Amino acid sequence: MKPNTPATSSEPTPPWRDRRGFMAAGAAAMTGLLISPGVRLIVFALAASTPAASGANPKVRWGLLVDTNACAPGCDACVRACRTENGLPQNPGPTDAQWIRKIEIRELRTGKTQSLPVMCQHCAEPPCVDVCPTGASFKRVDGIVLVDKHICIGCRYCVMACPYKARSFVHEPLSGQKPDVPRGQGTVEGCTLCVHRVDRGESPACVQACAAQAQGAMVFGDLNDPQSEISLRLERYATRALREDLQLNTGVRYAGL
Amino acid sequence: MKIHLRALAGTSTGYYLTLGGLLLLVALGAYAAWTLEHLGHVASGMNNQIVWGLPHMFAVFLIVAASGALNVASMASAFGKAAYKPLAPLSALLAMAMLSGGLAVLLLDLGRPERLLVALTHFNFKSIFTWNVVLYSGFMALVAAYLWTMLEWSAKAWSARVGLAAFLWRVTLTTGTGSIFGFLIGRQALGSALLGPMFVVYSLSYGLAVFVLVLLAISHWTAKPLDAAMLARLLRLQALFVALVLFVVLVYHLTHLYFARQHGVERFLLLDGGIYTMLFWLVHLLLGNVLPLVLLLRGRPTATRAVLATLLVCLGGMAQMYVTIVGSQAFALVIFPGYAVHSSFGDGAIASYTPAALEWLLGLGGMALAALITLLALKWLTLLPQRLDRFPPDEAYAPAAGAQP
Repeated sequence: MKPNTPATSSEPTPPWRDRRGFMAAGAAAMTGLLISPGVRLIVFALAASTPAASGANPKVRWGLLVDTNACAPGCDACVRACRTENGLPQNPGPTDAQWIRKIEIRELRTGKTQSLPVMCQHCAEPPCVDVCPTGASFKRVDGIVLVDKHICIGCRYCVMACPYKARSFVHEPLSGQKPDVPRGQGTVEGCTLCVHRVDRGESPACVQACAAQAQGAMVFGDLNDPQSEISLRLERYATRALREDLQLNTGVRYAGL
Repeated sequence: MKIHLRALAGTSTGYYLTLGGLLLLVALGAYAAWTLEHLGHVASGMNNQIVWGLPHMFAVFLIVAASGALNVASMASAFGKAAYKPLAPLSALLAMAMLSGGLAVLLLDLGRPERLLVALTHFNFKSIFTWNVVLYSGFMALVAAYLWTMLEWSAKAWSARVGLAAFLWRVTLTTGTGSIFGFLIGRQALGSALLGPMFVVYSLSYGLAVFVLVLLAISHWTAKPLDAAMLARLLRLQALFVALVLFVVLVYHLTHLYFARQHGVERFLLLDGGIYTMLFWLVHLLLGNVLPLVLLLRGRPTATRAVLATLLVCLGGMAQMYVTIVGSQAFALVIFPGYAVHSSFGDGAIASYTPAALEWLLGLGGMALAALITLLALKWLTLLPQRLDRFPPDEAYAPAAGAQP
């Protein structure tokens, strides 16, 4: 680049190089950008103070108990049922979503092996909800953690934050979606606990499939109801949450782990 | 001493060639973004194990360097060093340009970039990401206001105060950027309160390195040699910041090595991590910090040494970002401590990731955008000091003696 001749301060300033006008316009644009979120925030705060119209029952906390002693290695009935129910790919590649997967674990010290399904743990203190910038990740009053596909911007921060790798990002265009299970390219998703079935009074597809295999390794129910089967089992047997150290108060518990 | 500013003439063939090259890179970046938007992220190298890839490296580097580029202006306004005052407008411009480039990459790498308005109208204030949206917008507005006070005679009385506010804001901003990673409780390599301050230190080093590079390029292209004393000052400051980076990196890894539960991730990053281990030791530490420190501290400070050292600092900075962002995801989440695990979803396995050409184009497009903004602004606005061979003494500083175009 050749040396440039410096402009001197005595040169007349052309109108398009008017700093004052330029900076004023920039400042006005910036002010607008800053104020609009603030105004929206007030609307948002007012809306948040009104009761949610979700239909979910605040007295209920849905939960899942997995008995790892009854979960057979190699059995993936729950996984296949989830994929069928929710319209997910049956043979997922690295960019495909997996809402539930079977994990084979072997204790390094003893060599003891176990097999168990891992999905969204529907935490009471969900890190995915905490980090979501738009509030697209949210927890229903009955404890089910979901993603609002309409306001998910696809930042994937929730995928980074989830300690269970329970969230997937939709990497490509979708077709043949299930009417009850909205999904969208460029958004994040995860186990919904088959909320569409639960709201109809049914069990999640994985639980139903497990029972159909006569495995009985999964129990679904209301953790707040002391007489529910899940509560009675939790009272009777020692159970654990995954990553207990994080104290997320998960809705999914594991027995025999 | 009055400060006289000038604009870049910007009429040479070299200027237009550079402008053309940058426009081409920006266009290629836009093409990459358009393709990712239409085909989905399947066209990138990312997958459900590595969800933040190369574009994030470019974006976070630019954002972190943006706040650091304000160092020189802060030295003048917040720390009262008048010698830096003539360089303050360039410092502020670089901060705004790099933030724009970084945010453009970050935005265009979203799964749904067209939902920008959603991000600006729906807030979850428990999210550090949300706070960063506020911090980025605020930084841009404050630095724009700061620049205005430096250029507008009637507003010069406000310059020092707005400069101080911008300095405090940039420290908060970079702490916020680091905390995006620091608040990830599930990731072994992240989830540390250290990451906020670490990113502040990174920003000091990377931002100053970019500033020195740009200043020396302008000095070279306009055939106006930079005052040797000013160059020596800037390089001493750069050496201090590089040393600080080495310090925080050492503390971070020593802390992790002390905790048994972190031994796995440390072994991965420092010994077994393949590309990540190589990038950490060779590019980030050796080329990006140790070698620049040697270049900066030994021998007479020359422009050549300065260019080499600062280029290496930037290279090391990008390697650090890659290891921090991608390496931390490549190491599998530890859901079952004390167990070997296996699944169809990559549990227990090191995740693989090869950035696609589109990701390189998007990232480089963001860098080109920052350079393009800088180049155009330098021509359209009077932001450069009239002289690069003479700077006011620090004692000359007085809040009333403001900039004058």
